[in-house]
Amino acid sequence: MKSPPIAVIRRTSRIWQRNWTVYRQTWKISFVPPLLEPLFYLLAFGVGLSALVGEVSYRGEALSYVAFIAPALVAINIMNNAFFENTYASFVRMYYQKTFDAILATPLSLTEIILGEIVWGATKSVIGTAIMLVVISAFGLIAYPHGLLLLPVALLGGLAFGAIAMLFTSVVPNIETFNLPVFLFVTPMFLFSGTFFPVDTLPVWFRSLALFLPLTHLVRLTRDLAYGRLDLSLLWAVGYLLLFCAIVTPLAIGRMRRRLIR
Amino acid sequence: MEEVIVAENLVKTFGSFRAVDGISFRVRRGECFGILGPNGAGKTSTIRMLYGFSPKDGGRLDVFGRDIEREPRQIKSRIGVCQQENTLDPDLTVQQNLEVFARYFDIPRAQARQRAEQLLHFIGLEPRRQAKIPTLSGGMLRRLMLARALINNPEILILDEPTTGLDPQSRHQVWLRLEELKSLGMSILLTTHYMDEAARLCDRLLILDQGRILVEGAPLDLIRQHVGREVIEIATPEEELRRFVRDQQLPHEDLGHRLIVYGGDGEGLYHRLTTDYCRQGCTLRMATLEDVFLRLTGRELRE
Repeated sequence: MKSPPIAVIRRTSRIWQRNWTVYRQTWKISFVPPLLEPLFYLLAFGVGLSALVGEVSYRGEALSYVAFIAPALVAINIMNNAFFENTYASFVRMYYQKTFDAILATPLSLTEIILGEIVWGATKSVIGTAIMLVVISAFGLIAYPHGLLLLPVALLGGLAFGAIAMLFTSVVPNIETFNLPVFLFVTPMFLFSGTFFPVDTLPVWFRSLALFLPLTHLVRLTRDLAYGRLDLSLLWAVGYLLLFCAIVTPLAIGRMRRRLIR
Repeated sequence: MEEVIVAENLVKTFGSFRAVDGISFRVRRGECFGILGPNGAGKTSTIRMLYGFSPKDGGRLDVFGRDIEREPRQIKSRIGVCQQENTLDPDLTVQQNLEVFARYFDIPRAQARQRAEQLLHFIGLEPRRQAKIPTLSGGMLRRLMLARALINNPEILILDEPTTGLDPQSRHQVWLRLEELKSLGMSILLTTHYMDEAARLCDRLLILDQGRILVEGAPLDLIRQHVGREVIEIATPEEELRRFVRDQQLPHEDLGHRLIVYGGDGEGLYHRLTTDYCRQGCTLRMATLEDVFLRLTGRELRE
């Protein structure tokens, strides 16, 4: 039975609302990490490491090391917020709290529950990005108005990482197993997606490998937008992330159905 | 009378295991219908198909005259479900649990607040409205589960073992509420393995074992048909007594250390047994649904 898209969106938003209601009660705690994390990194790398590194050449432009990593920190924050929300937090709701089981007795469908969870994970990416922007802008490291586009980019990146996180959530036997995707997927991306050094410095084979990682494309977007560069080549990165969402989201929903509907 | 649930030849399989093996039953509007059975009989599987959680593997299942698989949303918006496990939201308070759940049914905020207020009163949890879920007792959790299932003013209330694990006081609290709902004309379908619960609440019931229906009917009729009015229980029976019961061809069950004699003319037989065979350890009591249940499903452990 098909529902009109607007009805699906409305019901999906019910899941989002549920998480928002909970978030509002704990927002003071949730605000702290995105506020402090960039400060720590900028301090450690900007003050500590940049003396050793000096300047970095990025797409023909010489940049201070702090300016180079600041947008990557935004991208990492986008990844982490959605990824951890839709792995650990979603798993707790699904497995320990039986929240999804309860909701499945209402008119909401499993697809709407999973979509609502992913959109919520992306929302946390957007909130985190907004807070970080305030901090990083204080250092004069974001060019406006282009920098504001980082917010929709955070939504897109959050949807991509939320979807893949949900796919992991649908298959892990227990919560400890998340160590595996964190160690094998998140950590390598954190290090090798052009975050702390340009992808170009990697060997060719490694570079093409890095091009498969979603964070590489997200970093490309956050970095160019932070510097105020807006050109058509960015559409490749947007296209990659859209395609990633389009493929992974139905997979996550399908696996989740196999897991929960018995 | 209008039938709100019609199940025909309903089947649920898990691999090669047939959890529900072709059962048929009908629930009428306004009645309380019970599904009884030992653990693993297929009660929860049946209920899960009823509220659209599990897809069926065969047969027909109509709720309000509509196919549950074709129109799950319309049906789910008109039923209330109280699952066996506690599925309350521990991230929310008592009141929020009701109000957030109301949103899933698209109930407008003001109306949801009002409804939550009525239900908090109904379950006697008004003073605990701001309490977090983990601080509630087992009985309070159950009552809140019940209230949450009622948030959308359902026409059918489906309860999966509503009082399992509760102390006697809490069980009575739940029963009182269910009886009140019944008196208001709500259709109720419940599973239980407590016979006293079924006898007290259910107008009609069926006993399920290994996915099949053993019997169906009103509790009293089932007792009369399968056990009779009274039961005599004899503790540590003598061989002489056993022989008498066998010779007289009295319907009975020999558990070794205990002999249970069904039916008969009750008092007359009891008198004879106590004067001739056993001076003590012999009791005459009313037959109960538990006798029916144990007679039909046997006494082996189901694990």
